[in-house]
Amino acid sequence: MIPGISIYEILTVTSILFFIGVYGFITRTNLISILISVELMLNASVVNFVIINKYLFPEVLQGVYFSIFIIAVAAAETALAVSIIINLYRQISSVEVKDIETMKY
Amino acid sequence: MNLNHIILIPLIPLAVFLILGLFYNKIKPAVSGYVGVLGLLISTSLAFYSAYNYFFVIGKTEGVYQTIVEKTVWMNFTDSLHIDMGILVDPISVMMLIVVSVISLMVHIYSRGYMKGDPGYTKYFAFLSLFTFSMYGLVLATNLFQIYIFWELVGVSSYLLIGYYYTKESAVAAAKKAFVVTRFADLGFLIGILIIGYYTGTFDFETLNNPEGTSILNWASTSFMGLSALTWALVLIFIGGAGKSAMFPLHIWLPDAMEGPTPVSALIHAATMVVAGVYLVARLFPMYYFIEDGFALNIVAFVGAFTALFAAVIAITQTDIKRVLAFSTMSQLGYMMLALGVSGYEGHEGLGYMASMFHLFTHAMFKALLFLCAGSVIHAIHSNYLKDMGGLRKYMPITNITFLIAALAIAGVPPLAGFWSKDEILVAAFEHNKFLYIIGLFVAGLTAFYIFRIYFGIFWGKEGAYKNKPHESPWSMTTPLLILAFLSIVGGFIPFSEFISADQAGFETHMNYPLAAIAVFAGLIGIGLSWLFYKKENELADKFANRLGVLFTSAFHKFYFDELYLFVTKKILFNIIARSAARFDKKYVDGTMVGIGNQTVNTSEKIKGLQSGKVQDYAFAFIAGAVVIAIIFIYIWTN
Amino acid sequence: MDILSLFIVVPALTVLVLIFTKNLKQARMVALAGSLVQLGMAINLLFSYIKEREINEAIMVFTKDVVWFKNFNIHYNIGVDGISVALLLLTAIVVLAGVFISWKMEDLPKEFFISLIVLSIGVYGFFISIDLFTMFVFFEIAVIPMYLLIGIWGTGPREFSAMKLTLMLMGASAVLLVGILGIYFNSNADGGALTFNILEIAKVNIPVEAQRLFFPITFIGFAVIGALFPFHTWSPDGHASAPTAVSMLHAGVLMKLGGYGVFRVAIFLLPEGALHWSWFFIILSAFGVIYGAFAAIKQTDLKYINAYSSVSHLGLVLFALLMLNKTAWNGAILQSLSHGFMTALFFALIGMIYGRTHTRDVTKLGGLLKVIPFISAVYVIAGLASLGLPGFSGFVAEMNIFVGAFEKDDIFYRIATVIAVSAIVVTAVYILRVVGIMLMGPVKNEAYLNIERVRWYEKLGILLLLLPIIAIGVAPLWLSEMILKSLDPFLKGVL
Repeated sequence: MIPGISIYEILTVTSILFFIGVYGFITRTNLISILISVELMLNASVVNFVIINKYLFPEVLQGVYFSIFIIAVAAAETALAVSIIINLYRQISSVEVKDIETMKY
Repeated sequence: MNLNHIILIPLIPLAVFLILGLFYNKIKPAVSGYVGVLGLLISTSLAFYSAYNYFFVIGKTEGVYQTIVEKTVWMNFTDSLHIDMGILVDPISVMMLIVVSVISLMVHIYSRGYMKGDPGYTKYFAFLSLFTFSMYGLVLATNLFQIYIFWELVGVSSYLLIGYYYTKESAVAAAKKAFVVTRFADLGFLIGILIIGYYTGTFDFETLNNPEGTSILNWASTSFMGLSALTWALVLIFIGGAGKSAMFPLHIWLPDAMEGPTPVSALIHAATMVVAGVYLVARLFPMYYFIEDGFALNIVAFVGAFTALFAAVIAITQTDIKRVLAFSTMSQLGYMMLALGVSGYEGHEGLGYMASMFHLFTHAMFKALLFLCAGSVIHAIHSNYLKDMGGLRKYMPITNITFLIAALAIAGVPPLAGFWSKDEILVAAFEHNKFLYIIGLFVAGLTAFYIFRIYFGIFWGKEGAYKNKPHESPWSMTTPLLILAFLSIVGGFIPFSEFISADQAGFETHMNYPLAAIAVFAGLIGIGLSWLFYKKENELADKFANRLGVLFTSAFHKFYFDELYLFVTKKILFNIIARSAARFDKKYVDGTMVGIGNQTVNTSEKIKGLQSGKVQDYAFAFIAGAVVIAIIFIYIWTN
Repeated sequence: MDILSLFIVVPALTVLVLIFTKNLKQARMVALAGSLVQLGMAINLLFSYIKEREINEAIMVFTKDVVWFKNFNIHYNIGVDGISVALLLLTAIVVLAGVFISWKMEDLPKEFFISLIVLSIGVYGFFISIDLFTMFVFFEIAVIPMYLLIGIWGTGPREFSAMKLTLMLMGASAVLLVGILGIYFNSNADGGALTFNILEIAKVNIPVEAQRLFFPITFIGFAVIGALFPFHTWSPDGHASAPTAVSMLHAGVLMKLGGYGVFRVAIFLLPEGALHWSWFFIILSAFGVIYGAFAAIKQTDLKYINAYSSVSHLGLVLFALLMLNKTAWNGAILQSLSHGFMTALFFALIGMIYGRTHTRDVTKLGGLLKVIPFISAVYVIAGLASLGLPGFSGFVAEMNIFVGAFEKDDIFYRIATVIAVSAIVVTAVYILRVVGIMLMGPVKNEAYLNIERVRWYEKLGILLLLLPIIAIGVAPLWLSEMILKSLDPFLKGVL
């Protein structure tokens, strides 16, 4: 509980962060940039978990515990994504998202 | 009475047909000719025996010749309506047995000579036997459906025989025309049968024809557009008969049917099949007479009279001798229908009925003879046309004499057969309707005129340009000519009214001398005029034809009815209706189905863009969907 | 193993053995053996049925009931009555004739015969089923192999025709499934379990609104395969592209599933619906009769002529079924049988002509009577049978239909009947036109003078089909009596 700041203000901040991440995911052309946006989204949700835990349910710690899980999953997923990108780069020598459109009609 | 021998009469030609048809390749042609003739010889003897048996041994019971029926159920429609197969023995069916047998036998014998050397010899005799079987079945029929069944079979035999020279396109077309026109008439026949079956609950002739039976007594109980339903049925049945008997306007097939071999024309299109329509009306005569006070019968009379006149006028102009004879047949059939139409029922009032059957009998003899003589001529000079003929009396004496006898018979010169029967018809017409009598008399004159026109044209006048000297036909062909000539002479002396009458009781006829004299006189005028015009080569005929101008040309073109029918069928039915149906089906009905298929493909093309392969598009859809669901969820939760 | 399940087991065994065959000779021998056994079984069934009928008055005899899916009350329930027995015999004869006609099927013979026999399994199963669901399953089994048979072994635009045929028939089955489910969910109106069993449902009174709703759905579902106008257009292309034996089987047997289904399911289970909707479908079928006949006149492809002819003849079957009386129903069944034999015969003959002259175009053929006399003569006979000549089965069937249809004396029915009857003239026109152009006349093409005469296996196939046509035509009493007796229980609903 941070005195003087209500939950709405912080939730606004995290939402903005989240949607910046979404925007980045949808519009960036570099696969790594997309990965960074995914990280942004994940971290925004982590902050959300902690804040809601602290402000609405101060007696328990489930939110904080879950945020640890999210960080761990995010790390694993990043590692997986980077390995895919590296393999992809070996095939097509590019990390642009417009070059991986072959799985279509 | 033991009827077994009568059942054999149709079965023997059927057996011949099956044998010749199945063992077609293995039988030598000459053998098939003998087999055909033999089969028919047996049937003819049985027919004569049956006639003798029926008219003399069994004779009348209580003053009336009894109708004897043997039948068995062939198929059940409902518990009460069914089709039987059987034989019905009464005066006219026995008479027809004799007519069919004699003419068919003569044609069989004649064909052995005429068709000699033809590759399809066995097939020909097979079809002749099929026809004879069908005709026997028709005359012995016990109920409407049985007669319809054999009616169709006779039509098919006619189709097969007209199309005998099947490599000739004109013969194929003629066979098709005959079948389709008669089929169209049969449509009327069938609907008439259905109506009778529904309203009277039976198809059986005995039950229907009973003057005290419910079918006749209750005719007024159902009505449709002012007339009884049964009257409609009878008119429709007459339409069927009119098709088979080439009454106007269903006559167009008969002249074309001359494409068949001449003995076939003699048998089918002169003596037997074409009289089936007359026979049908005669078979149902009590119904025709009693229902609606003979309304349908009046139609029969007028159609018959008109056809007689129409055909005679055309016959005067034709140059193909077989066509002249075809129109002559049409005209004489018109006489028969006319006679039936003016007939009464009881005793002497049934004069028209008797006269019609008598004329059927005698006409079969002399018309078959005329055709066979024509065949003899055609066989000798290989042409049907008058212009190629002339002066043949020197080369073909037997044909000449027999033709002359037949011509005198048809012209109504006493004491040959035609005089007696035609005279009775005119008397019956005179007693009933003077207008019809005048027409009949005029036609008698025309008949004499046209028949002697071709007689003189063939046997007298300037000799045709014959490449080889024509010779008389072989004995196989001339024997039937002589036999038929004999019958044409003596046939009239049979006291027909003793045996055949509408109420089956027989009556006495007396000669009406004044009317007979007038009729003979009309005939003699006709013969005289044609003597003037045609016996020696002269310009009179052509000048007269030119004077008549348009009338002559239209009569020569058979009043353009063939062209009219061709127009209606080819242009309207085929091109407009059939072609549009086919095109409509392909473009619109099928087009709709294929169109649905194409639309599906188009829609699929349009939405396949959703699978763009771009990760970001998928992510966008994902997010958008999640947001929408979240909003909905919040909305529901807060309400 | 009961007598009826053998009808499914024997062809299944034939298919199994066929899998192990290596070439045409073996495949056709196995297929021939299988079909001969089937024919023997069908004839045996006929006699057993007649004997059984003397002592057993139940609607269906030789029944067997095995629970399949308990939760939905789906059973493998089979049984026959006079009508099914006759149709089973038709199927056996046509399949055997088809095997004879395919004697020289050189490409992929094993797969061809397998598909053909699988198709026949579907048909046999359909005719013996009393359970709606089982009936539907067999219906699908009968339809699906058509795609392979036409698409692989066909001629001309075969993929297109195969696709069109299969999709239209599958569309019809989808509609049919809706109808069947509608019947199923209304089958417990009097309280009690939902059931797919036809006989059970017939005892229950399905509510009138449900009947009026589901009758057209079920009717159309079945009638599409019975070539109801305007859903018939799969037939001309489908038959034209199909190989001969497939056309024979399809037109001869498969198209009868429609009429049979309408009779057993749509009319039997939904009589109120039938009474309510009959006028509409009578108009469609009567129109189809005359329309099919007219459309056949101007066609130039022999198979198209025959396909439109089938539309016309089968229109009569549906027309008769909708008249809802015994005589017309008798006529409908007889017409199904008669037309089955006739059209199979026609397609067989057309296939023989095509195999020799390599054209189906009537305008290019001519004078065949001189060069292939047996085939041409049989064609003429088949043509005469098709136009309803007495002495052949077509006449017997059509007269029953016309007399039955005439029993309804309302002016609407009378006009429809007159329209249907007048088709006999149009039929004569198109049949004789083809006979005249193709068989008669001078020989049009020099090459035709050397084409081969008929071979033994073709003769056998032809005779196998021709003899029943003549037999029914000359002596119809035993068959029509057998069918009439089986029709009684079906009348009760519509009276």
